[in-house]
Amino acid sequence: MSTSVGDVVVTGLGATTPLGSDVASTWDALLAGRSGVSRLTDDWVKEYPAQLVARLATDPAGQLDRVRARRLDRSQQVAAVAAEEAWRDSGAADAGVAPERVAVVFGTGIGGALTLLGQDDILEEKGPKRVSPFTIPMLMPNGPAAAVGLAIGARGGVHAPVSACASGAEAIRWGLDLLRFDRADVVLVGGAEACVHPLPMAGFAAMRAMSTRNDEPERASRPFDKARDGFVLGEGAAALVLERGDAARARGARIHARLAGAGGTADGYDLVAPHPEGEGAGRAIAAALRDAELTAADIGHVNAHATSTPVGDTAEAAAIRNAIGDHALVTATKSQTGHLLGAAGALESVFTVLALREQLVPATANLDDPDDDAAVQALDIVRREPRKASLTAAVNDSFGFGGHNIALVFTTA
Amino acid sequence: MSEDIQTGLAEILEEVAGVAPADATPEKSFTEDLDVDSLSMVEIATAVEDKFGVAIPDDELANIKTVGDAMSYIQKNKA
Repeated sequence: MSTSVGDVVVTGLGATTPLGSDVASTWDALLAGRSGVSRLTDDWVKEYPAQLVARLATDPAGQLDRVRARRLDRSQQVAAVAAEEAWRDSGAADAGVAPERVAVVFGTGIGGALTLLGQDDILEEKGPKRVSPFTIPMLMPNGPAAAVGLAIGARGGVHAPVSACASGAEAIRWGLDLLRFDRADVVLVGGAEACVHPLPMAGFAAMRAMSTRNDEPERASRPFDKARDGFVLGEGAAALVLERGDAARARGARIHARLAGAGGTADGYDLVAPHPEGEGAGRAIAAALRDAELTAADIGHVNAHATSTPVGDTAEAAAIRNAIGDHALVTATKSQTGHLLGAAGALESVFTVLALREQLVPATANLDDPDDDAAVQALDIVRREPRKASLTAAVNDSFGFGGHNIALVFTTA
Repeated sequence: MSEDIQTGLAEILEEVAGVAPADATPEKSFTEDLDVDSLSMVEIATAVEDKFGVAIPDDELANIKTVGDAMSYIQKNKA
């Protein structure tokens, strides 16, 4: 979309993930093919059908001041860690941007579940007077956004999209809109999730959505593979700093990539099941291409949502094939990070930006035997080794329970 | 006795609000000097009840402005 605002660029990146405590260590581990997945050993997990998680590489509480950390839910801690890295990386703080022109859009899928459930235990055991006065600010779904807003001193607005596993991508789309409508000069966007706990694990397991390949943790998340049997729950956060291209260039900022366009649709089909042909997902990708004023032929790379569920991956493959074609290099990084739910779209956008910047597409791990599905067979899915490529534009798509579909188009700086 | 109370209170302030023990002196105002907000005061009241067995009702908590006020209240109401 051409506007008087001009192009929107990415000047800062941040992440804390199962693969590393920052962007550099996460990217290195991704390219090296390392897995963030392990098997839980807690007593409670023994009767669970799905016992695998992708835990954070580094405890976020240890990266924050002790008193600050104890007032933040783990989902807010990871948000703060990732956002502060992105903010430092952007150099925006040193550029004298007015706080009233700085906004935050930070999503989460589940929010402060650990606080909600932990305080419920206290309520049951000790009564209402023992429930922490920080319970509400720690469990509210705008908590990660609010924690990030405070961390960087944003006073131009703090927003919290909630659309399950599309939340992180939706935050990026909102951030683009804020800049295009000139409601801010700099927007810090991202997503956070930290809900490894018996209840969410039981809930996802009851949906039969999680991998039960308990004896082979590192091989459990296998998007597009014939033997995939569900996702692996991950935790972490990722953040990007967006600003107008002219302003970023004027202050000499390092520009990682451009955010060229975004599209969002809803399936209107089922509460949790994706449309089998990825109809809504394909429309989101097509809308993002139009918004970016690009054609399918321009797209050289897709970082797929591909969670490793039997139904989701084939629906997405159909959407990619219909909206983009077979020429783009597709990768599914959840094969190594696990599924970070509301942080997934943000983390995979960071990966998409890095793929464009480094001209290198990470491989999809565990794709030993691609599904017989015609669309999966047709796509060029990068596997075994990262692949060097000449890329000018790439798509990251994300989908969430509820039928939410978001596609983002990034282009080289 | 009052030294024990000051030491115990300082431990609570350090744990809950990150106040350095040397700063937890009687004349200090919780909000003005020690940057302790109203939610943290609720946590401090709960911790005081655990440590000293002294419950602080909300209307009394509102009158406790300084570390010295808290020390006096604990001293007066300790069994």
